[in-house]
Amino acid sequence: MTLTAYIEGIGLLGPGLSDWPGSQAILTGQQPYLSHKTILPSPALLPAAERRRSGAIVKLTLATGLEAINAAGLDAASLPSVFSASGGDGENCHAICEMLASSDRQISPTRFHNSVHNTASGYWSIATGAMTASSVLCAFDASFGAGLLEAISQVVVDNTRTIMLACDTPYPEPLYSARPIPDAFGIALVLAPERSTRALAKITVSLTDASADQLDDAALESLRVSIPAARGLPLLRAIALQQDGRVVLDYLDSTHLAVDITLC
Amino acid sequence: MNPLWLSHFTATSSIGRGLEQTLSALRQRRTGLAPCTFDTVDLATYTGEVAGVDAVQLPARLADFDCRNNRLAQLGLMQDGFAGAVHAAIAKYGAQRIGVFLGTSTSGILQTELAYRRRDPDTGALPADFIYGTTHNTFSVADFTRHYFGLTGPAVVVSSACSSSAKVFSSARRMIEAGLIDAAVVGGVDTLCLTTLYGFNSLGLIAEQACRPYDAQRNGLSIGEAAAFALLERVPQHPRDNLNPDAVLLLGIGESSDAYHMSSPHPDGLGARMAMQDALKMAGLQPSEIDYINLHGTATQSNDAAEGKAVAAIFGHGTPCSSTKGATGHTLGAAGGLEAVICALALQHGLLPAGINTRQLDPSIDLDYLLDNRDQAVARVLSNSFGFGGTNCSLIFGRKDRL
Repeated sequence: MTLTAYIEGIGLLGPGLSDWPGSQAILTGQQPYLSHKTILPSPALLPAAERRRSGAIVKLTLATGLEAINAAGLDAASLPSVFSASGGDGENCHAICEMLASSDRQISPTRFHNSVHNTASGYWSIATGAMTASSVLCAFDASFGAGLLEAISQVVVDNTRTIMLACDTPYPEPLYSARPIPDAFGIALVLAPERSTRALAKITVSLTDASADQLDDAALESLRVSIPAARGLPLLRAIALQQDGRVVLDYLDSTHLAVDITLC
Repeated sequence: MNPLWLSHFTATSSIGRGLEQTLSALRQRRTGLAPCTFDTVDLATYTGEVAGVDAVQLPARLADFDCRNNRLAQLGLMQDGFAGAVHAAIAKYGAQRIGVFLGTSTSGILQTELAYRRRDPDTGALPADFIYGTTHNTFSVADFTRHYFGLTGPAVVVSSACSSSAKVFSSARRMIEAGLIDAAVVGGVDTLCLTTLYGFNSLGLIAEQACRPYDAQRNGLSIGEAAAFALLERVPQHPRDNLNPDAVLLLGIGESSDAYHMSSPHPDGLGARMAMQDALKMAGLQPSEIDYINLHGTATQSNDAAEGKAVAAIFGHGTPCSSTKGATGHTLGAAGGLEAVICALALQHGLLPAGINTRQLDPSIDLDYLLDNRDQAVARVLSNSFGFGGTNCSLIFGRKDRL
């Protein structure tokens, strides 16, 4: 069983990767990959009160999601969305657990509503005005694959465009030692059911037991394995290379995703 | 949509382990809410705690998954022959053709809350026995469930606060429809923890007494915990596979976002209205064809007011409805799944369950809110689940012989 969709826009942000146009030459090896801490832009689209309350995951999803949607020339309010993250707002989670272990357990209302896994989806809908359906997922290290499968089945079955956002942010210590995600990283893809003039590539996804592709560059490969959202990098690399072909993306332990790519 | 068959289902909450106890509690209008004695919580509130969760032992091979949420998950899976039904589905379809789609809001966060009390005084490190991935992480309950059964198909947790385990039906529907899988274990599991008790308290949304949905004097919610599961399959087409007359089918799903506020619903229930309308549209039904609405009905001022407006806008004042959270408490990420099972019981047993604890209905909300159980034939029901972040999901279920 295969599922086909067209990629119409890409957003990318991570350590040493500032956006999709600026990252293509790095992914193809034409420019060296120089890692530096991810710079998260302030979410200008949010009302001031929400902007103050927004954590890294909100900034990251807004930056990558809007990059993909703007590249596709679409209106964010019109698109259903799929948010897949291996964890929530790590700083916020740490602050809550610290307070709950102290003698004063009165956590703040903002801390509490930012603790839900769909915080990014909630802020996204407020920022963009999207009243559309939003699927909010977690599959631990398999979160990129889970997001891609959810999004592409939505495109195929519901015959709709959708935006998929796979984003992860780090925990501070002491949780960092238990879940060492080194930095913020996100990929956003606008997917469409039909080929349009905006289409960058056609992708056909199926389940496979073949091993996941690795990246040749050691530093990029280290990024791929250390951040769940970065498990999608082989797909972006193939598109950057402008070559048709197949990549295998990491997903669940014994089940991976084969993605056949045809450039448009 | 092509209807899907809930070939097996089960629920465990503070009103009972499994369907028989759940149905009997609903018939007897019995609440599972009691003064909170959970852990070291010092709040004056009621909770719907499931008895005996601490005594559940996971299989040794799954010891890394040990936490309250996965213990409750296993307790739930063991009721009503549900685990046997999953094994039969594996024999029929293959382990790779069955997906796992579970909703949870807090997962095993309690494990981390407890670990933070045992940090190394010098380094601040968490204790060495703390395992993040298989307990705290949001995926843990779906990962536990797939390992419990040896399933290798797609697996995911949907975590959109209190709509989580309603929205799992949508993810499962798409993957079955796309042909990626033939069956899906769907449902939700959420357990008591300090984050939600102190968190809702900080918002002033916790009732001191057992919650009173749609009451004029309602003053907040009571938190509960639950595990609810259903096995979703395509409706068999071959005559020899004839479904029982009382088979429960999923007929429609509607989803929307409020795009309004992180912790307050849209005051007119605009997003809620869109979700209900989309569910009716997908099911190809008119509002008058719905016999009962299981309301989200958390008993907060804002939810019940907004939801009441949205329901009245679509259904008018004549459709019987109630919130069963007076019985179970608000089970958060498990609420959609639990209330889907309650809807299935309503269809199969001809019972419209009353909303309990409610003494005097809010006169500003003009609905046919049930204060007493009603026994009648039921053909189609709608269940609402809404949550923080403005997430909304409505599900419509029907009984095969009455469609």
